[in-house]
Parts: sequence; structure tokens; C-alpha cells
Amino acid sequence: MIRQLTSSERQFAAAILLLAAGVGLAMAATGRHDPLGVHGVIVLLFSGTLLYPVLTGFYEPEPKEDREASYYDDPIKVGIVLTMAWAVFGMFMGVWVAAQLAWPDLAFDAAWSTFGRLRPTHTSGVIFGFGGNALIATSFHVVQRTSRARLAGQFSPWFVLFGFNLFCVLAVSGYLLGVTQSKEYAEAEWYADIWLVIVWVTYFVLFLRTIARRREPHIYVANWYFMAFIVVVAILHIVNNLAVPVSWGHAKSYTIWPGVQDAMVQWWYGHNAVAFFLTAGFLGMLYYYLPVRAQRPIFSYRLSILSFWGITFFYMWAGSHHLHYTALPHWVQTLGMTFSVMLLVPSWASAGNALLTLNGAWHRVRDDATLRFMMAAAVFYGLSTFEGSFMAIRPVNALSHYTDWTVGHVHAGALGWVALITFGSLYTLVPTLWNRERMYSARLVEVHFWLAIAGTLIYVFAMWNSGIIQGLMWRTYTEDGALAYSFVDSLVAMYPYYIARAFGGFLFLIGAVVCCYNIWMTVRSVPLAKRRERDVPAAVAVPGE
Amino acid sequence: MEVNDRDPVTGRETTGHEWNGIKELDTPVPRGVLMFLIVTHIWAIAWWFFVPTWPLGTTYTKGLLGVDQRTTVEERVVEGQQERSIWMTRLESEPYDAILADEALMQTVRGTGRQLFGDNCAACHGRDGRGRAGYPDLTDDDWLWGGGPELIEQTLRYGINTAHPDTRIAQMPAFGRDGMLERDQVRSVAAYVYSLSNPDYSTEVNLDRIEAGREVFATTCAACHGENAEGNREVGAPNLTDARWVYGGDLQTIIASVHGGRQGHMPTWDERMTDAEIRTLSLYVHDFGTGQP
Repeated sequence: MIRQLTSSERQFAAAILLLAAGVGLAMAATGRHDPLGVHGVIVLLFSGTLLYPVLTGFYEPEPKEDREASYYDDPIKVGIVLTMAWAVFGMFMGVWVAAQLAWPDLAFDAAWSTFGRLRPTHTSGVIFGFGGNALIATSFHVVQRTSRARLAGQFSPWFVLFGFNLFCVLAVSGYLLGVTQSKEYAEAEWYADIWLVIVWVTYFVLFLRTIARRREPHIYVANWYFMAFIVVVAILHIVNNLAVPVSWGHAKSYTIWPGVQDAMVQWWYGHNAVAFFLTAGFLGMLYYYLPVRAQRPIFSYRLSILSFWGITFFYMWAGSHHLHYTALPHWVQTLGMTFSVMLLVPSWASAGNALLTLNGAWHRVRDDATLRFMMAAAVFYGLSTFEGSFMAIRPVNALSHYTDWTVGHVHAGALGWVALITFGSLYTLVPTLWNRERMYSARLVEVHFWLAIAGTLIYVFAMWNSGIIQGLMWRTYTEDGALAYSFVDSLVAMYPYYIARAFGGFLFLIGAVVCCYNIWMTVRSVPLAKRRERDVPAAVAVPGE
Repeated sequence: MEVNDRDPVTGRETTGHEWNGIKELDTPVPRGVLMFLIVTHIWAIAWWFFVPTWPLGTTYTKGLLGVDQRTTVEERVVEGQQERSIWMTRLESEPYDAILADEALMQTVRGTGRQLFGDNCAACHGRDGRGRAGYPDLTDDDWLWGGGPELIEQTLRYGINTAHPDTRIAQMPAFGRDGMLERDQVRSVAAYVYSLSNPDYSTEVNLDRIEAGREVFATTCAACHGENAEGNREVGAPNLTDARWVYGGDLQTIIASVHGGRQGHMPTWDERMTDAEIRTLSLYVHDFGTGQP
């Protein structure tokens, strides 16, 4: 990978890594009595490890070929490997914490392995580690192909990819050390947050510059979604993480938002992380890999426009439905609820657009598990967006809030939509990217599909049952007007569902492991494809460029 | 005007663009989607009219129904309190004997007490009140401090070994660790105590040791546990002759108790629960056993 860089780019890479190592050293020194010091050492080791290939390849001959004549695929390949590594890690953590709920002794009496510390390693591991790497990798692929232009940077794609993974490592290792902002899905502390801003702005600039070089008159829908994902996540991340550190030598910080405003900002962030990270980004994925695999045109361009702007506009208002019946003023709750319901139409329009695109290709859905992954993803997307709008209605929320129903809803989206569309996209992308005829085993894709579907259904049904039982038990009164059940009673009722949930998650994890093996064997042993269609950027040199 | 591709499956024209092989059809937005859009918007706007919704500077639109979650919850709390006050005031003020004699009221105690016990006591004593090692069984009639509702109320209200000025205090000293008894004496007295509830243990082999233990017991332990080892509720000293044990009745555990002492802790609930709740729980726990004092 270092061979593709010119010597000035190599110097720049080395300079950036040395700078990062220096920052790591400074963190380790100032934070030596604090977890911040541990993170300083991690930053130092991370930069040092990356510095090694840069320095050993420093005096290799410079690339001779015209780099603009090919797509930049190396960062995508590394991104796919990282995606799968995080998938296995994050899902394993999920199975572990799920098992802890059924069998609490699995915390083994250590501080780092308590539920409170492991749970965010699961959520950050799957959302940012697995989902984030998948989005970065596929967005790099999609934007190049649909713009017929190479990425607008040689070093910056690597910076974005490795920089983002450094953020993930800092976040996850911090949780184990007890470092947290206590903001759900934004647990990482101030220094990791600042780093992510730098990485994310680079990502945004890289993406926009690539779009700007496109050799197509129009910007494809997938790229609208990727752009919305990148720009909105930047805004959300910055606003929600505004905080004042205790000192330069401490990991701890205090948010600048007070009381209920903090809660509102947090859930404006939290819900739009669902919207723009877990929805918009993955819709970008769907809009490219589904039509490619189905070999069908998108059902309706007009529907794409309607759903894109609907999703972008309505989601922004919906965050307050996470705070029904709290200290948040009633009027803010009504706004959140009504916008959540209006949001259903563009959401379903997206799911419908995807499913109707399959008209004329249903025989492929039947025969090809890869396409079936994406079809099932669209179905789960439709189901969980309906459920989300439904649960946002205040009286429904009165039952569902704080119960496992919410957990089931999240996983219908996260397993059924986000993970399935990612697996479908990866099975489409991997053979193309490594220039193989096909995946190593279509049968294993099929096995993975059924493991994933079974795991998701077991998980979601268990949580629906347990959530509704919980909600009902908490609000059941005796004839005398006293509560009928204690909290412990509801826990006892949850026990069988917690076992079922852990089992469902375990099946899903096994599926991801099968996927890793299949990708590994595809790269290792499947023969190269015989002459494919030319997969290169448009060669025309535009005057003035 | 260029003629766009026509898709053979649907007969629709494409938009004329292509990205890496992907095309888009020019299908109009289905009527159903537009209808659905209208329905959800009408629904939303209706809510805006009826309940608080839009901010207006320092105030907000109040809505035609005039509802507000804060007043709603306050009203419902008052309603609930009124509904419960019928029996709550009786539980608060009537003497225990009167409540125990009223079977209907005792049913209420059992219903309410079950939830109170689950949320406050079950973590240590178990949901069924049977306790576990270190936490007494509340369902038998083997009481450390007495099983009448008044005595249970005192334990509940002030706790055992707490910081409350009226706390019950129970200290089993660490006879072995603090050097009050020799190692051998600890073993003998434990053997003696063990033999009280396990007659089979008094074999030829153990007899000497048990006899030595009996002497140690008389001089060291009888002050609290009584000469016949049947305990003393004044100081919370347990009966050592029965098969019921707080910390465990096997020989090793008894040795551990004599060696290291025991200072159990029962929290004070004085400030944490209302009088009605404390009295309900006292009755509920009393009702667990056979109702002996």
C-alpha cells in the first residue's frame, strides 16, 4: 500500500504519524495518574505500528503508472477486513452481555467485565466498529464507481480509515477502564471526540472532492445518502459532545448542556445517529448494491427524491420521542411524536422502492442468498420503521418505554436491516474488489443467511414478549390500587426470554464467523475472474484539470 | 429530446442516466404513497390543535384540550392516593390486633406487602422470604428478635447494627481472632454446639472434645445464648439447639462463626418508607410464619 504513494506523500504520512505519536506521548505523560495515560500509550503504539510499514517502504521506487487511471481499492479492502473483525468482536460482546443478563455470574467478579462496562463495548463495537467501517469501505467503493472517478486523495483515505479505527479502539478500551461520558452511543470521552471530528471532517472533504471530480452529469442517489450521513453525523457529534475536560491530564469531562436540555441534545443526537448513521448511510449501500446484484433499474427516481428529503427533514424533529413522560415539556414531546409518525411515509417509500426494484428479479431473490440478504434487509427496514413510529406515539410509549421491547426494536433494525444489508453488500463487493469469479461458497452464504434470519427472529420475538410482559407487569394494580408486582417479579418473568435472546444473538454471531471464513477463502483460493468489463475511471482528461 | 431507454419488464422509461450500470425508472410516485402522506399529516395536525405543540417565544400553543402532562400526573397521583387511603389510613393507625382480626384487610396486606417485600427486602431475604446464608429465613418461627408485628416493626424501622440511635445491636465477638479463646477451645466449643442439633455426633471418639466444649460454653457463651443454648431474643442471640441457622450449621461454619464472630446488618427503613409501608411489611412478614409472637 505504501508503494502507491509518492515520496512527498510518504513524507506527509510519516509526519502525521510522528505527530500522532508525539500527542500519544504527551497524553501518556500528562495523564500518567489517569486512564488518559493508558490511552496515550495506545495512541503511541497505534501510530508506531503504522509508522513501521511507512518507514520500511520509504525508499521503495515511486509508482510509475498513472494512478488516476485506476480506482483506489486498497483502503476498501483493508476496510472490509476491519469491518469483519469488528463484527465478530462486537457481536461476541453482545452475546456475552446477553448471557450475563440470564446468568449474572458470567461477570466473573471483575470490574472491567461488569455489564455496565461491557455493554457499550458491544454497542460501539457493532455500530461504529462494524457499521462505521462498512460505511467507510462501501462509500469509498460506491462514490468512485458512480462518479467514474478515483478517490480525491492518496493518503487521506488511509487517514480516514485508520483514524476512525483509532477512535473505535480508544472508545472501547476506555469503557473497559471505566471511562465514559454516560451519554448513550456517545460514551467516548473528550479527547477521542476531538480526534473523531478531525477524522470526520477529512472524510467529508475527501468525499466532496471525489464527487466534484465525477464524470457523470448527475450525482447518484446513493451518494446523496452518503453525504447526508457524513455531514449530519459531524453536526450531531460536535454538538452533543461539547464538554469541558477536568484538566488536560484527565479523561473526565463535563458536558456544557444542563439538565433537561442535555437530555434533549443527547436524544436529538441519539435518534439522528439512528437516522443518519444507521439509516441514511446504509440506504446509500442499498441503493448501489441491490440494483447491481438484481440487475434491475431502481423502481422510481421520484420516490427516491421523496424519501430522501422526507427522511432528512422529518428525522431531525423526532428525537424527543425518547423522552416521553419525562421532565421534557409536553409540547416538545408532541412535536417529536407527530413528526415520527409523518416520518413513516418516506421510510416506507424507501423500503418500497427497494422491494419494487426487485420486480423482474424475484427468481434471483429465490436462487441467490446474497440478493435475498438485501431483500430481507429492506423488509426489516420497513418493519422496524413502522414499529419505531408506532412506539413514538405517547400512549404506546407509556407501555413500551424502558422495557425490552425497545431493545427488540433496536435489534430488528440493527440485525435485520443494518447487518443484513451489510452482509448482502459485502458478498456482492468482495468478489468484484478482489477480481474473483464468485464467492468461495454460495452454500455458506446460504447457511449464513438462514443463521442470520433465525437469530434475528428469535431475538426479536423474545424481546417483544419479554418487553410487553415487563411493561404490563409494571403497570398492573391490585383491586386495592397497589402495584401487583415487584420489580424482581418482572425479572423472574424475563429469565426464559433472556436465554432465548442470548441464543438468537449467538446464531447471528456464528453467521458472521461463517462470513469471515467465506471472505477469507474467496481471497485465498477462488481463481481470478476471466476478463471482466473494464472497471476503471473515465479516462477523459477534462480541460483545465 | 433524447429518447430514454424503456425497461422491458415494466414498460417504463428510465430517467436516461446510468451509473456503473445502474439505471432508474421514471415511475411516478404511487398514489397510495401520496394518500398515506396526507393521512399522516392530517393526523399530526389534528394533534397540534388539541395538545401543546408549537413554541411561541416564551410560551407555547396550549391546545384545545387544555391538557398538560404535569397536571395530568398530579391528578392521577391524587386519585391513586384517594383510592388507597381507604385501607392505608387503617393500616397506619389501627392496632395490630385489630388488623390481624380483619381477614379482608389482611388480604390487602398480603397483596401490597408482596410487592413491597419484593422491591425492598427480597434482594437479601429472597422473594419467598426464606433467606440464604447470612440472611435469616423469615418464614419459620425461629425469630432472633421476636416475631410479633411490634417486634418486627422495631427491627424494620431501626435495623440491626445501623447508625440509627435506636438501632438493635447484636455482636457475636471474634473469640478466636481476638484471642479470647485458644484455637483448641474454639474447636471444642464448636463441636459442643454442633452436637446440640446433631445427636449422632456424640460418639465415643468425640465425647471428650464435646465435654470440654460444654465447659467453655458455660463460661463464655451462655451469657448471651443462655445456659441451655436456646438463645435470647433480648440481645438477638440465636437458638443453637435447633436445625435452623443463619450462617450455616455445619461444623466448619460454626468454627468460622466462633473464630471470626458475626455482625449481621439489617438496614434502617425509618426514613425510607412511610409508616403505612413499614406497618404493612411488619404484618406481611409476621404473616409469613405461623403467626407466633
